[in-house]
Amino acid sequence: MSDLPEQAQPETAVADKPRQTGTRFSVGIDLGTTHCVLSYADLDRIDDEGFSPLVMAIPQLTSPGSVEEKLQLPSFLYLAHEAELAQDSTALPWIAKPDFLVGEIARNLGSKTPIRLVSSAKSWLCHTGVDCKAALLPAEAPDEVGRVSPFQATTAYLQHLRDAWQSQHPNAPLNQQDVVITVPASFDPAARELTVEAAHAVGLSQAILLEEPQAALYSWIEKSHGDWRKHAEVGDVILVVDIGGGTTDLSLIAVTQQEGNLELTRVAVGDHILLGGDNMDLALAYTVKAKLEKDGKRLEPWQLQALTHSCRDAKEKLFNHSELDNIPLVVASRGSSLIGGTLRTELTREEVNRVLVEGFLPKVAVSDRPTSRPRTGLRSAGLLYAQDAGITRHLAAFLAKQQGATDELKDINLPEHASFLHPTAVLFNGGVLKAGALADRLMDVLNSWLRAEQAPEARLLTGADLDLAVARGAAYYGYVRKGKGVRIKGGTAASYYVGIESAMPAVPGLSPEVQALCIAPFGMEEGTQQELPDDEFGLVIGEPVRFRFFASNTRREDKVGTRLNYWTNEELDELDEIEITLPEEGRRPGDVVPVHLCAAVTEVGTLELQAISQKDQSRWKIEFDVRAGE
Amino acid sequence: MNTYAIDLSLKPTTFDLWHVCLAGTVALMLIVLLLVMVIGRMRCKKKSAMQPAEPAVKIVEVEKLIQAPAPEPVVLKEATPDAALQLLGLLQQEARFIDFIKEDIASFSDADIGIAARVVHEGCNKAINEHFTLAAVRSEQEGSKITLPEGFDAATVRLTGNIVGTAPFTGTLVHKGWQVTGIRLPKLTSGHNAAIVAPAEVEL
Repeated sequence: MSDLPEQAQPETAVADKPRQTGTRFSVGIDLGTTHCVLSYADLDRIDDEGFSPLVMAIPQLTSPGSVEEKLQLPSFLYLAHEAELAQDSTALPWIAKPDFLVGEIARNLGSKTPIRLVSSAKSWLCHTGVDCKAALLPAEAPDEVGRVSPFQATTAYLQHLRDAWQSQHPNAPLNQQDVVITVPASFDPAARELTVEAAHAVGLSQAILLEEPQAALYSWIEKSHGDWRKHAEVGDVILVVDIGGGTTDLSLIAVTQQEGNLELTRVAVGDHILLGGDNMDLALAYTVKAKLEKDGKRLEPWQLQALTHSCRDAKEKLFNHSELDNIPLVVASRGSSLIGGTLRTELTREEVNRVLVEGFLPKVAVSDRPTSRPRTGLRSAGLLYAQDAGITRHLAAFLAKQQGATDELKDINLPEHASFLHPTAVLFNGGVLKAGALADRLMDVLNSWLRAEQAPEARLLTGADLDLAVARGAAYYGYVRKGKGVRIKGGTAASYYVGIESAMPAVPGLSPEVQALCIAPFGMEEGTQQELPDDEFGLVIGEPVRFRFFASNTRREDKVGTRLNYWTNEELDELDEIEITLPEEGRRPGDVVPVHLCAAVTEVGTLELQAISQKDQSRWKIEFDVRAGE
Repeated sequence: MNTYAIDLSLKPTTFDLWHVCLAGTVALMLIVLLLVMVIGRMRCKKKSAMQPAEPAVKIVEVEKLIQAPAPEPVVLKEATPDAALQLLGLLQQEARFIDFIKEDIASFSDADIGIAARVVHEGCNKAINEHFTLAAVRSEQEGSKITLPEGFDAATVRLTGNIVGTAPFTGTLVHKGWQVTGIRLPKLTSGHNAAIVAPAEVEL
C-alpha cells in the first residue's frame, strides 16, 4: 500500500546509508489482559511459504535498577510514591525516567503494594457504565494516590512497546510499519475505538485491529506452512477457545468453498467472559488456605499472595508430570530468618483435579447454562467477573445461542435435530490450555455433547504456540493484507441498533416504549457503509443528544432500517449510550437540523456512526465513549 | 670412570650435514616466531574493533573491560565485583540465599531446615536457569571409561590420581563437569547500588 515513498527515495541516499523508509516490517501486537507480546516479520524477506515471524525481546525493569529482556511485557502499571524508589533506578535504555512503571517491575512492586498497582486495564475498556478516560485505577487506591484511566494504562503499554521497538530498530520507526493490534472478539465498538485511540496517542495512527481468535487461527495457518488445507475441509466449523490469564473468548469460524478455493468465515463470537487462569490460581490458593486454617494456622494477606504464586508453579508441575501426586508448597517468612518461620503445606493432584478440572471444566449437559445471581450494589465499583466459573457451561450457552450461525452457508449442514451448533474442529489458544488435563477435559465434554446428537467427534487442531500465537498471527495478518495467503472473512460480529421512543400517548408512571432501529447489520465488511435515509431525526444545534445503543450477536437477518418492537434479553445487549452534539459553526443555537444516520466499518476495524444533514450532506461523528454516569 | 669434557668455545671446522640441519632449524624457528607475533597483533586489532560502542543511555554494562596491564611477568585477571554482587542479589531475591546461609542452623531440626531448603532450591533453580545456560562438559555417563587424546584441554578436563605416562590417557569419568554456555544478566541503571543485595523492607 505504501510502496510509493520507497520508490521516490533518491538513489544517492540509499547508496550512502541503507536508510529505510516506507513499510518494511509487519508487526503484530498482542495487547493482552495480563501480558503483551510483540511479533514481527521482515516483509522484504518473505517468499510465499517462508513466513517466520520473530518475537521481540522487550527490555523492561524487573526490579528497581535492573533491566532485563523478556518476550512478554506483563500488562501491569505501578504508580510509585515519590519517596519509594532511589534516584536513577528506573531508567530504561531509551528514557532516563519513564512516566509510569510498566512490566515486570510493576507486577513485582505491586505484589507487595497492591493499592498502587493497575491491572486488567483491558477488561475495564469494555466495562459498560464506566468512563474509560476517567482516572479510576487502581480501584482500591486511597485518595492521595494519583490514579490513571484504563485508557492511559493501555497507552502506557503501547508506548513501552513502541519505544522498545524503536531502540532496537532505529532505522525503521514503528509508525512506518504495518501494525496490527489484537482485541478480544467480544470487544464492543467503544472498546475497539479506545484501543485505536490509544494507538493514535503513541503515534501509531496506521495501526489496524484484528480479533484475537482470528489471530490464533492465522498463526495456526502460518505455522502449517501451507499444509492447513490438508487439515481443514469444506464444511468444517472451527471452534476457537481462547482461555487467557483474565478472559475467555470464544469464536466460530466456518470453512467453505468458493470457486474451488477454501474460504474462512468468522460466523460468531461469544460474550466477554472475565474468567481465566488467574481465577484458577486464586481458587487453588483459597483451597490450600482453607486446609491450613483447618489446622489452626492463620494466613496474612501477603502469605495468600505468595501462596497463589506457588500454587501456579505447583499446578504446572502437576499437570506436566503425571507421575507426581503432590507438590510441597512453602511460604517463606518475610523477615531475614528463613528457617522456622516458613509455612509448609502441599498441593495434591486430587485437589488440582477437583478445583480446576471439576470446578472450571465440569462435565455438564449441553442444555446446562451458567448460573447468574442478580448483581447487588454499584456496578462501577469493580469489574464484572463471571459469576459461574464453569467454562463448559459458558461454552454450552454459546454453542446453543449460535445454533443458527451457519444457516446461510450452504457448505455447512447442521442436522435437523441439533440443539446446538456442532463444531467439527477445535483450536486452542491461551496459556491455560497448555495443561493437558484441562485441554483433554474440554475436548471430552464437547465430544460427549456431539456424541449425544450422533455427530462426529471434533478434532483438535495442533501445532500452535499457545502463549505467542496471537502476536504471531497478527504479524501474519499484516502479510495477508498484502494479498498473500488466505484471509478470514467475517465483518462485524454483531448487528447494532439505536433505541427510539415509539410514538404513543404518554401514560403516567410508565416510561415510553422503546423500539430498536437497526443501523448496522451483522457481518458488515471493513470499508463499507450503510445509510438510513428514510429515518429522519431532528437534532438541536448545540445540545447534546443521546441514544440508547444495542448490539446483537445472533440477529443476522436484520437489515438496516429494521425496527424491533420486542426483543428478549438474550437477543439484544444494551451497550453504553452514544452521543452527538451538533457544533454551532455557521448555525444558530436552538435550530433544528434534520439528519439521518449512517454506519460505516472503517478499514481499521472500528464502527463509525455519523449523522448526515438532509439539507447539505454535512456529516457529524457520533461518539461512543460517553459512558453512563458522567 | 670416563668423563667427557665439552669445550663450548670450539667452533665447527667442517660443514657436516648435522650442522646444516641445525642452522636450518634455527632459521625456521625464527620465521615461525615472527609469524606468531604478526598474527597475534592482528587478532588484537580485530578484537578491539569488535568491542561494541557504549550506548549513550544510562545503562551501565556490568562487566568492565579489563585494562590492558603493563607487561608484568604474571598477569592475574581481576574479577569484577559488580557482576558477583548482582548474582548474590539475584540469588537472595529469588531464593533467599543470603538469609539461608547467614542463619545459624545448629538449633533447628532437619525437618525445619528441609522446608527452608525447598525455598532455596526452588529459587536458586529459577534464578540460575533464567540467567545462565548450563551444559555438561562431557556428555558421557559418569563412571564410564573415557580416553583423552593428545593435546586435550587441561582447563576443561582435570586429571587426578595416578597421572603417569603420556597421552592418550584413559580413565574413569568421575564428574561430568559444568560449563556456562550463555549468560543473561540484567543490565543495571546508573542509580543502582549493587552492594545492596537485599534492601531493608519497611511495611507502612
